[in-house]
Amino acid sequence: MCQVEEDYNGLERNQEKIPVPTFNRKCVKCKEGTAVLIIRVNDAFCRSCFKEYFIHKFRAMLGKNRVIFPQEKVLLAVSGGAASCSMLSQVQEGLSREAPKKLRFVPGIIHIDDGGACGRSADERQRSNALLKSIFTDTGFPYFIVSLEQVFSLPSSVLVPGTSDPDPSNPGYKQAVDQYIKEKQTLTEENVASAVAQLSLEDSPEHKLALERLFSSLKTLTAKEDMLQTLRLHLILHIARENGYSKVMMGDSCSRLAVKLLSNIALGRGAALASDTGFSDARYGDVVIVRPMRDYSSKEIAFYSRMFNVPSVFISGLDTKTQDKASIQRLTESFVTNLQSDFPSTVSTIYRTSEKLHTVIPPQSQTTEPASKCLLCLCTLDTKEDKASAFHATLVSEQLSQFKRQDPSVDAPEQCCTEGQGCGSGDCCSSNRLPSHQDLKTLLCYSCRLTIKDMVATNTLPPYITTEAEKRQKRSRMKMEISEYLLEDDEEDGD
Amino acid sequence: MPVQCSNCVQRRAVLKRPKTGHSLCKDCFFWAFEEEIHQTILSAGLFNRGETVAIGASGGKDSTVLAHVMKVLNERYDYGLNLLLLSVDEGITGYRDDSLETVKRNQQQYELPLKIVSYEELYGWTMDAIVKQVGLKNNCTFCGVFRRQALDRGAMMLKVDKICTGHNADDVAETVLMNVLRGDIARLRRCTSISTASDGEGAIPRCKPLKYAYEKEIVLYAYFKKLDYFSTECIYSPNAYRGHARAFLKDLESIRPSSIIDVIHSGETLSVKEGVKMPVQGMCSRCGYISSQALCKSCVLLEGLNRGLPKLGIGKHHRLHGKILAQEPLTEQEEKKLKAVDF
Repeated sequence: MCQVEEDYNGLERNQEKIPVPTFNRKCVKCKEGTAVLIIRVNDAFCRSCFKEYFIHKFRAMLGKNRVIFPQEKVLLAVSGGAASCSMLSQVQEGLSREAPKKLRFVPGIIHIDDGGACGRSADERQRSNALLKSIFTDTGFPYFIVSLEQVFSLPSSVLVPGTSDPDPSNPGYKQAVDQYIKEKQTLTEENVASAVAQLSLEDSPEHKLALERLFSSLKTLTAKEDMLQTLRLHLILHIARENGYSKVMMGDSCSRLAVKLLSNIALGRGAALASDTGFSDARYGDVVIVRPMRDYSSKEIAFYSRMFNVPSVFISGLDTKTQDKASIQRLTESFVTNLQSDFPSTVSTIYRTSEKLHTVIPPQSQTTEPASKCLLCLCTLDTKEDKASAFHATLVSEQLSQFKRQDPSVDAPEQCCTEGQGCGSGDCCSSNRLPSHQDLKTLLCYSCRLTIKDMVATNTLPPYITTEAEKRQKRSRMKMEISEYLLEDDEEDGD
Repeated sequence: MPVQCSNCVQRRAVLKRPKTGHSLCKDCFFWAFEEEIHQTILSAGLFNRGETVAIGASGGKDSTVLAHVMKVLNERYDYGLNLLLLSVDEGITGYRDDSLETVKRNQQQYELPLKIVSYEELYGWTMDAIVKQVGLKNNCTFCGVFRRQALDRGAMMLKVDKICTGHNADDVAETVLMNVLRGDIARLRRCTSISTASDGEGAIPRCKPLKYAYEKEIVLYAYFKKLDYFSTECIYSPNAYRGHARAFLKDLESIRPSSIIDVIHSGETLSVKEGVKMPVQGMCSRCGYISSQALCKSCVLLEGLNRGLPKLGIGKHHRLHGKILAQEPLTEQEEKKLKAVDF
C-alpha cells in the first residue's frame, strides 16, 4: 500500500492469499523437484534450479552491462564475508566452464586487513589472514593481502583521477569479443600464486601508531566508518593501478546497497549516489569499480553459501556489536531491516530507485579537471553556493550565530604571507604549516566536510592526503594571482 | 556557570540552537531565526512587491510561527505584501475544530483577514465520514489530496497571487526519505523545490519560506515569543507510513544534528537519468484542475467514496478512468476488489 506502482493484484495477494507453509511444494521453475527454499516473496526453488538461477544472474549482470572486456585484468575485492566469497566462487565457476560460455577475464584477489582501525589484536588478524590465504591459494589466482597501515606509504598520485585512454583504435565491446573468439587465445592463467606480490609499500610500527592516532582523532563512529571506506578504496585503487588492473569487482549485495543509498542520503552525498550504488563507478578514471552482486539479496547469498559450502571468514568490523544508534550507517541498517520485515518490498524498491539516478558530469576542460574533484572521495564537488540551496542556508546560519571577531591565535600562521610581510620565496610558511580545517574544507565535497569536521587534529591524516591538499591550494592561489590573464577556462586548447 | 551568548557576547545565553549548536540569548536567537527566513525569501526570490499572499494556517506551531514571522518581516523589510490567512476544515472532531479556534484567535492577534474552507462544503464529505468508510490505514491519502485542492480553491476564491505553507526542514527531509522508500522518482525530483512551478491556469504557486528552519527551532521560537498555538497530533496519524520516515529522521538527528539539512542537500543535488518515465501535466476532464491523468486524483477519490468503493483511489487504475468518465457501472469482480476490507 505504500508503493507507487502497486496495482490491484498486489493488494489482493497480500491480503487474501497468505502463503500456507506446506511440505512437498514443487519448484516453480522445473515443477518437478521438491522445493528446498523460498526466495523473494513466495518463489520456491529446488536445489539445482536455485544453483542455476544464482549462477545465471551473475553472468547476466556481467553480460548485460558489457564493461568487462576479454583478457582484461580484474581485481576482486574480497573482505571475507559471505557476499564477496560468493562472488569469488562465481568467478571461479565462470572461468572453469566449457569454452564458448567461459568468462573471459584474468582475475586477481585483494584483501584489506583493517584490524588496526577496528581494534583487533595481532593474533586475531594473523588467524583470519591465514584462513583467507588458504581460501585464496585454493582458487589459484594471484592475491594480495594488504594491511590498512600501508595507507601511510601511499603516493599522492592516488588522489588524481587517471585518464581512461580514449584511444580511437580501441574496439567497442562487441568487436573485442569477436576479435577474441577469432584469435582463439587460450587464457594463460597465472597459476603462480604470487602471494604478497611486489608491493612497493612497506609496513612499519610507526604506521600502526599513526593509524591508531588517525582513528582516535575522529570523534564519531559515523566519521570513522566513512574514513575507513575512503582509505580502503584508495589502497585498492593504488594496488590496482600498480599491477595493471583496470577493473575492480566489489561484492556489495542488494540489501547492502539499499542501506548504503539511504545512509548516503543522510550523509549528504546526494550528488554521488549513482556512482556509490550503481553498477559501475568510473570516477577514478582509469580504474572502474563494478558491482556484479548488486542484484542478489542477502538472503539468497546466505542460502547459496550454506547449501553449496562456499568458504568464508567472518571478520568483525567497526560497527560489530554496537547499538543501533552508534552511527548513521548502523542506524540505517537496522531501520531498513526492520522495515523490510513489515513491508517485504522495501529493499527492492530502494534498489530500483537507485537505478534511475545518474551522476551529473559538468563540462570538463583540461585545466579545471583535478581542482573540481573532492580531495577524499574524488567525486565532483557539490558545494557551489547556489542561491536558495541547503548549503547556502547552512553558511548563513553559521554566520548569523557567531560573533565576527578577529582571533589572532587562530589566524596568524595563514596570514603571515598575506599581511604583506613577503616571506621570501613564499614556500617557507607552507612547509611548516599544517592544513587547518578551513583550508581542507575548500577542497572537499559536502559530506567529506562533515567527516573532517568531526576530526580533532587534521595533521593525523596520512601524508599523501596532506601533500595533495597543499599542492591544490598552491595551484588555486597561483590561479587567483594570474586570473586576469587567463582566457576563458572552457576554451579548448586550440593549437 | 552562565554561558555567554556567542553572538553578542554580552547577554547570558538561554538556549542552545539545535541547528548549529551555538548558545544564544533570546534576542539574538529571534534575530538569527528571522534573518535566516528573510535570507531564504530573498535568495529564492519568493515574493514580488504588491502581491497578495495567503498563509496556509492550521493553528499548529508551523503556521502560527509562519504567520507571525511573515508579518514581522513584511513590516521590517517592507516587502509590500498583502497578507491574509487561509484555513481548511477537514471535519476531524476533537482535532480540527479546536485548532480552528486557535486560528480565529490568531486572526485577531495579527489583524489579518481569515477565510475558512471546509471539506463538507467543497466535497460533501468530512474526514470522520471518510475514515468510517475507508478504515484507518489509507485515510491520509484522502486528507492530503483533498486539502491541497481545498487550499487552491480557497486561494482562487480570494484571488491571491501566492500561497505559502509552514513546511519546515524536518517535513522536507521526511518527504525526501519517504519518496526514496516508496520509489516515487517523479516526486523525489520535485519535493525539494522551495516553490512549485507557476505555469498555466488553475495553479497558484505555493512556497515554503520555512524550508530551512528546524522544527525544534520553530518550537523554541514559539515558546520564547509566547505565541498561541494548538499542539495536538492528528488522531489518525499513528498508522501512517510517514511515521517510519519520521522516526528514522529523529534518530538521525540525535546522532548528528545537521542530518536534516544534509538530507535536504542530498535531495537537491541528486539527479534523475534522462529517459525515466515522468508524468506530464495536463488537466482533469471533469473539474479542470491540474492533473497528470485523465481524471485528477480527488475526482477519482470522490467517485470512489460516492459509489461506496473506497479503494478506487488507492493504487493504479488508469484502465478504469474511461469507465468512470463514461459513468458505466463496473463489473462485479472490479467492485469486489475496490470495497474496503472489513475489520
